[in-house]
This record gives sequence, structure tokens and C-alpha cells, in this order.
Amino acid sequence: MTGIERTDVLVVGSGFGGAIAAYHLAAGGAKVVVLERGPWLNGEDFDQDYKLGSSYTRAFDFVVGDGMSILGGNCVGGGSVVYFAAMPRAPRFVFERHGSIGRRMWPSAVSRDTLEPWYDRVAESIPITQQTWTDVPYAGGLWAAACNHAGRTANPVPAAIDTTKCVNCNWMMAGCRFDAKKSLLFTYLPAALAHGAEIRPLHEVQKIERNHDGSYRVHYDLMDEEDYRLRSDGGAIDAKIIVLAAGAGATPVILQRSEPTLGTMPHAVGRYFSGNGERLNTAILNEDKVREVLGLERGDGLAYEANQIGKGPVVANWDRLDGSLPEYERFSLEQLYFPPGLGTILAQVPGAQGPSWFGVDKKEMLKRWRSWLIIFQMTEDDNEGVFGPPPAKGNADRLSQQMLGVGRLRYDPTPNTLRGWALADAECKDILERDGLAEVAAWTNDVVGAYTVHPLASCRIGDDPATSALDDRHELRGHPGIFVTDGSAVPGALTVNPAMTISALAERAIPAIVQAAQDRGVDVTYGAPAPDGSTNGRRGVADLLPALTRR
Amino acid sequence: MRTPEEELRTMTLEAFADTIVPGEKRSPGDRSVAGASTGGGAVQAGAIELLEWDATGLTEGLDGFSSALDAHATNYAAERGVTLDDSVPPFVALDFAQRTELVRILTTPGHPEKALWVSLALFSNMAFDSAAHMHTVDALAAGHPGLLALGIEKPGPDGLWRFPEFSYGRELADLHPDTTPSGSPA
Ligand SMILES: Cc1cc2nc3c(=O)[nH]c(=O)nc-3n(C[C@H](O)[C@H](O)[C@H](O)COP(=O)(O)OP(=O)(O)OC[C@H]3O[C@@H](n4cnc5c(N)ncnc54)[C@H](O)[C@@H]3O)c2cc1C
Repeated sequence: MTGIERTDVLVVGSGFGGAIAAYHLAAGGAKVVVLERGPWLNGEDFDQDYKLGSSYTRAFDFVVGDGMSILGGNCVGGGSVVYFAAMPRAPRFVFERHGSIGRRMWPSAVSRDTLEPWYDRVAESIPITQQTWTDVPYAGGLWAAACNHAGRTANPVPAAIDTTKCVNCNWMMAGCRFDAKKSLLFTYLPAALAHGAEIRPLHEVQKIERNHDGSYRVHYDLMDEEDYRLRSDGGAIDAKIIVLAAGAGATPVILQRSEPTLGTMPHAVGRYFSGNGERLNTAILNEDKVREVLGLERGDGLAYEANQIGKGPVVANWDRLDGSLPEYERFSLEQLYFPPGLGTILAQVPGAQGPSWFGVDKKEMLKRWRSWLIIFQMTEDDNEGVFGPPPAKGNADRLSQQMLGVGRLRYDPTPNTLRGWALADAECKDILERDGLAEVAAWTNDVVGAYTVHPLASCRIGDDPATSALDDRHELRGHPGIFVTDGSAVPGALTVNPAMTISALAERAIPAIVQAAQDRGVDVTYGAPAPDGSTNGRRGVADLLPALTRR
Repeated sequence: MRTPEEELRTMTLEAFADTIVPGEKRSPGDRSVAGASTGGGAVQAGAIELLEWDATGLTEGLDGFSSALDAHATNYAAERGVTLDDSVPPFVALDFAQRTELVRILTTPGHPEKALWVSLALFSNMAFDSAAHMHTVDALAAGHPGLLALGIEKPGPDGLWRFPEFSYGRELADLHPDTTPSGSPA
């Protein structure tokens, strides 16, 4: 067929996985096209507004599944535009986890030590600030003080935030109006563009087909920029290499839908999904006790009443990130701001007699909203999520003009996961209900199931073909030339925020992708510096390259 | 102008929204708002305006929602021997405790229609906690009952929020001993 566009490398999705691949491949000399289903928003588009149709809904995708719902980014820059920018590295024990398969689930080639130089590459490419106590807003300070009062430690979390620009408006989930959040819009993506990569917003990839010459044809629809229920005919692009980075809630769906045109998928595509063990608790603070017990004052006579002020999660408790504890008993507890909408309806009234998430008592609880403290638990779940057959288009049947859709993920938490959640809930209560500081209740799972902003592992790397869709170089088993570099490649829950690890794995995947492109006749080399030209990270990984490009 | 059918539909949907976030009666004769709480609830916050905006994706289904809810209310009343005042739609004729119990049944995991009633509840709540049918700045200026109840601060003169005062400004806990120089868990 003639008239079909051609490129060397086609990247699906422009979040962490996609942006990192697009940058390195373009900088190495390949012709790169990025297809992104969401709009391209910048600066002034990031309005502080809860109205449907503002960036608060345009930049998001919320997919309700059976037992698990996923919130993700839907714009150029993906999750980096809407995330809270906490960027910790995963603790050492995570890489030794066994999870549901009874033996080490990570590939033997990946450990904290072998990933460290790739983490360093990311840290050189995305400015990450180690926040100090003076950067910590009231909510984080309160969490730290409560931990301290309970004999625990607490850490300000490293974040991709320029604290000199941050105004602590806590609207960062709708995109940062003040350019303080160092999203991919400021790092890998402009560098990719500078090297000639093309980014096409409002292009939603539906399926992939294999051509006779071993290249691939990617089919997309064009999306309306306001009402994502509306789409028009798109087209197709041929590429020698495909990098799938649509996120862990979408990448497996594209592959499932492509099965008739690509051939059989590895068993693990769309299986072993992990919600990063997430669970949220809301504490309603007693302001007097905060003053008396913790000795905290804002300076204006208030002890706290500052839920709205700040910058996402800033302080975490890592006492239970202890590798000597049994698996499923390790977790972190991070202070978090979650804005109205889901963050209020899913919060339950502590000790409710009547209904816990709606009704009279809930309304009374809403009136105390300024005194809420939200704690985000990241536990070790059991990779129990499974995707059913894909919807006709996209990754969900869309309900609202933006954001809300119904997907095919089924998640039925195992006793291991439930026990981990219960332990984390108990720890939260122990810290925050001490001496009457607060009343605490976990968010309900009865409304939209469990809930994650950290979807992982739906297409994971591993050494065992039966339980991993990708080999340890991120190539899709049985489909040479298709690579997956997003959160779906991460084998399991991380007990901390995942973006840093997703990014490090994406950096680590690049040498093999470059090699595969070269093998297919693309004139491309590996070895670009960080987007700002720094070269320390590149030096740090030099010794690792031969092992990564071997076949 | 609403047709008589639309009036009835609106009453039923209002009664549902009021069960999610209850408010005080708008007038002594208000039937759909049960008056279970002081201050405005979801209805006063604009639940019907939000639901009738097609951006929510629920608008076309609203007739179905209200007739299904009324049918559930009729069954509920029959099962419990409750006599319904037939001058108002059946769900509106239930008292607040009965409305609450019925909504709880409909939204309990395992109920075949759970997803529908949860979506109606989500938007009812959203009208109150985020005024999702209005620009936030306008909603606050207009005294939106939900945003005011939550205590959302007013923005600055340029319509943007900034909080120059934001931190206790002092060390409040010891760091975890196994923290790397870059601030990550070891
Ligand atoms: C509110 C929120 C707060 C968060 N806070 C943090 C945090 O503080 N720290 C942290 O580490 N992580 C955080 N996360 C999680 C983090 O954002 C994700 O883990 C990360 O973005 C995942 O990267 P990814 O490359 O897998 O996918 P994404 O970043 O989700 O990128 C996938 C991209 O693919 C696009 N896409 C999907 N389907 C298609 C298709 N069919 N065709 C074309 N494009 C498609 C999407 O629109 C999206 O842009 C947060 C997430 C959310 C939602």
C-alpha cells in the first residue's frame, strides 16, 4: 500500500516511558513520532478551577474497573503533568520481592545496585530537589510532628519541584500554573523536540499490525480536544520500532486489541496488574490537641486548618520500609493532599454508625475539611489485577466528556494484600489517634473499588516467560521490535512512589532499543547526554552497556 | 420552563442528591429536600444544573434514573408496608431515613445497578464539594454553599491562589537512619 506515513520509531504515549524513549532515540539520530491521546497543555492552560472542562478534568483519565479504578494523566507529558512530583528511589528489598509467583519476580539483571546508575541518569535529567523542613507545608509538618510524637521518624521527600517558584497553592494536580513542577514539559520532551521528534497530541492509538517486512503499522483515531467521547478517523503510521508507553492501564489494552493482527500475546499481557498497594486514610484533626500535644501553631492563631495549603505529598514515614520484615508487611505512609471530587466522596466518617461515605455525618465531616490530613499508604499488593477483553476503542468506554470511563480491569484483593492494608491502616491510627490528635478512617473501597494513581505491572519484565510479558530488555516476548517502557513494565508494587523507578527502567531500556533499531537499519546511536547537556550520568552507565545490548 | 414531567423528575433527582449531601429546606413546603442538615446541601449547590449538563455523560439517562429510583422506592415501601403520599414521586415520599437506607442498598457492592447509582452519587457530591458546573472563582464569589462549607479560601486579586505563609518552618522529626544523601530510602 502506498500513502502510509513512515517513521523509524513510533512512540505511543508521552509520559515518563514515552518521553525518555523519544528523547534518546531522536537525539541518537532516529526519526521519531510520538502519538499522544491527550491535549498539549502549557502554563496558562493549567487553571486553578474545578469546573468540568478545565485542566482539572482535561488532563486526566479516570477509569472505573471492577474492584479497582485508575487515575492517570491524559495530556502531552502524561502523568508528569498531573503528578505530585515525589521522586524517591525504591528501597533495596523491593527488587528481591517474590510476590505472587513464589520466587524473585524481578529479572536477575535488575537490583537496586544495578539500577542505581540509571536512577542517577534520571536525577541528572529531571531536577529533583531534596526538600528541607522549611519547604514542608503545614500538612507535612503536622504529619512529621505526629510521627515524632509516636516515636517514629519522618522524611521530607525528594521532589521534582523548583521550590523557589512554588506558591504552595496545592493545585498541582491540575498542572502547575507557576512552572514550579519540573514535568516532562520542561525536561525530556523539549529536548526530544529539539532533536526533531514530532509529538502529535489528540492521537489515540487503537491497535498495531505486523507488516510483511517485519515492521509494524500503528492505527490511530483523532480525538476531539474538548469532548473525548468524540473521535474522527485517524490514520496509520509504519515504523520499524514501536515503543509502547501508554501507561499500565492502557498499554496492555492496546496489545490485547492487537492480538488478531499481531499474533498471540504473551500470557502476562494484561495480567499481574498492581495498584502499587495503594490505600488512603483521612484523619480529622482535633485542632486543640494539635496545639497542646504537638505544640504546633501557624502563627495566625490557628494550629493547622491548612488542608488546602501546600504542595502534594511532602513528608513520608519510612519506618516500615524494613527489609527484615516479611513480604506484605512493608509499606510507607506519605502525607498527601487530595483535592475535592474523589478525595472527599471516598473519605469515610470515622466510626460511622450510619452510611460512611454519604449522608448527614459525612456532611458534618466535610465542614471540617480544612482540618483533614490525608495519608497515602503504599503497601505490597499481590499483582492480582487482570484485564478482561478490551473495549472497542481506547482503554475505557467513556461516560463523561472528560475523565470518567468504564474499563475492563478486575481486581479482587488477596488476603496478603488485605492484610498489608490492614497493617498500614493500624499504623496510621496508632500514630494519629494517639492522645486524641485525630480520628482516622480508610477510604472506602465499596464505591469505585480500590483506587490507584500508580498503575504498574500489567505487562511486566522478568526472566520467566510464563509470568512476564517482556524480557529484561523490555522487548515484548515473541514480537521483536516492540518495546514497553512505561509503568506496565515494573514487575510489582514498590512501596514508594513509582515515577523515579519507571524512569530509571526506561533509561535502562534505551540501549537495547537503539540496538534493535540499528539491527533494522536505522541510523541511530546510543549516548545522548542528559537533556541539559550534562554527561555524568552517561559516564556512570558506560560499563553497563555491553550486557544490555547482548542478544 | 419545565414540563410537569420534568418537575417530577427534578424532584426525584433532588431528593437523591439531598440524600448524598443533605441540606436545609429551601421553603417550608420543600418536599424534595428533606431538611436533614443545616445549610445548603447538594441541591442548593447545583446538583441538578450539573446533572443536566451533558458534559457529565448522565444527562440522557436522567429520565431513566428518576423512574428507576421511583420504582425502587415503590418496591421498598411495599416490602415494608409504608404508605406513600402519592402527591409527590415515590422516592420523594420516603422520609430521610428511608431514602438513606434505599440509597445504601442500591450502592452496596453486588447490587446489579450499583455502578449507575454510584455515578449519580459522584456527581451529586461533586456539585457540593467542587461546584463542577461553575468556575471556582465565580462559585466562591456567588457564595456557593459547598465550597464555603469546606472553607475553600478566596483567591488573590488576580483570581489565583498562592499561600506565602505555608510552613511551620522547623524540623519536626528525625530522618529515617537509612536515608541516602539524595533523600531516598537506602
Ligand atoms: C494525581 C496523581 C499524582 C501522582 N503523584 C505521583 C508522585 O508524586 N510521584 C510518583 O512517582 N508518581 C506519581 N503519580 C504516578 C505517576 O504519574 C505515574 O506512575 C507515571 O506517570 C506513569 O508513567 P508512564 O510512563 O507509565 O505513563 P503515563 O505518564 O501515564 O503516560 C502515558 C501516556 O499515554 C497516553 N495514552 C494512553 N493511551 C493512549 C493511546 N491509546 N494512544 C496514545 N496515547 C495514549 C496517556 O494520555 C499518557 O499521556 C501520580 C499520578 C497521579 C494521577
